[in-house]
Amino acid sequence: MSELKVPVSAADHARGGADGRVVLVEYGDYECPYCRVAHSEVLQLGRHFGDDLTIVFRHFPLTEIHPLAEPAAETAELAGAQGRFWDMHDAIYAHQERLSLPFLLGAAKALGLSERDCALALEAKTYAPKIAQDFLSGVRSGVNGTPTFFINGHRHDGPFDYRHLAAAIQSVRPRA
Amino acid sequence: MGHVLAPGITAPDFTLHVTPDQTLSLGDLRGRPVVLAFYPADWSPVCGDQLAIYNQVLPEFRRHEAEVVGISVDSAWCHQAFAETRHLHFPLLADFEPKGAVARQYGAYRDGEGVCERALFVVDREGLIFWSYRSPIAVNPGADGILDALDRLET
Repeated sequence: MSELKVPVSAADHARGGADGRVVLVEYGDYECPYCRVAHSEVLQLGRHFGDDLTIVFRHFPLTEIHPLAEPAAETAELAGAQGRFWDMHDAIYAHQERLSLPFLLGAAKALGLSERDCALALEAKTYAPKIAQDFLSGVRSGVNGTPTFFINGHRHDGPFDYRHLAAAIQSVRPRA
Repeated sequence: MGHVLAPGITAPDFTLHVTPDQTLSLGDLRGRPVVLAFYPADWSPVCGDQLAIYNQVLPEFRRHEAEVVGISVDSAWCHQAFAETRHLHFPLLADFEPKGAVARQYGAYRDGEGVCERALFVVDREGLIFWSYRSPIAVNPGADGILDALDRLET
């Protein structure tokens, strides 16, 4: 069974319980339709498990087949630098069918971020090293497609719909 | 299910079509580590499939000077269309005629279904199998095992 090789740290984007008894790490791609589906399942998991679940997202853009996955990930990081990572994350998945460079700049503006700074950061690839770091940590941990989930450090090999993920989370959730 | 060839064994040589009019032999790659990735079929209906991952990890493989080849029973024409669509930057070999002959030699053929196993081999610079792994058919193995083997091969 594949294990998460790079532990969750302060460098990660996390939401849900600040110190959840179960930690769900997703490696995902913003242009992947399966990740869009998984996104709503994960939101539902967050509502169901509340503070018991910490939700972490790491980037795994498959740039050869998804040319917009990288700029989308960089835009999310740019937003993250201003404390708005999850707002951008949710906005991208909510409008994935409209994903484009103008959409990303518009989404930055909608969050009150500077469109110009966003364009410059994408041009300079300011946030690319962070994305590459996430990607490599995923490769080394046995990420085998998008999305790939790790539950308390173990790769989840089953289906990633709500029911299966919830069952897997429940099975490792320590009793109160 | 049989066993895939184990480390220490000389990797059986083969010559397979890599395009409709070109062939590639394992011997052509001698002197560099070679990753042989047997997989069931082109056109699996997911984005992040096994080959997409290897494609994306190519810079890491190249850092080890390793060559990666995919092998399935699909024909060279099928591979060509698949590689173009998915922008794959490494060769796909057609174990097409006689069907699965190379996969059988490596213990990586599924008789009932007529497709390759998800079996991985790292062959060292001298042509010996250094590492092998067969994944459950439904579980895409990812690239971590291959990279770990390549790391160990260098030390």
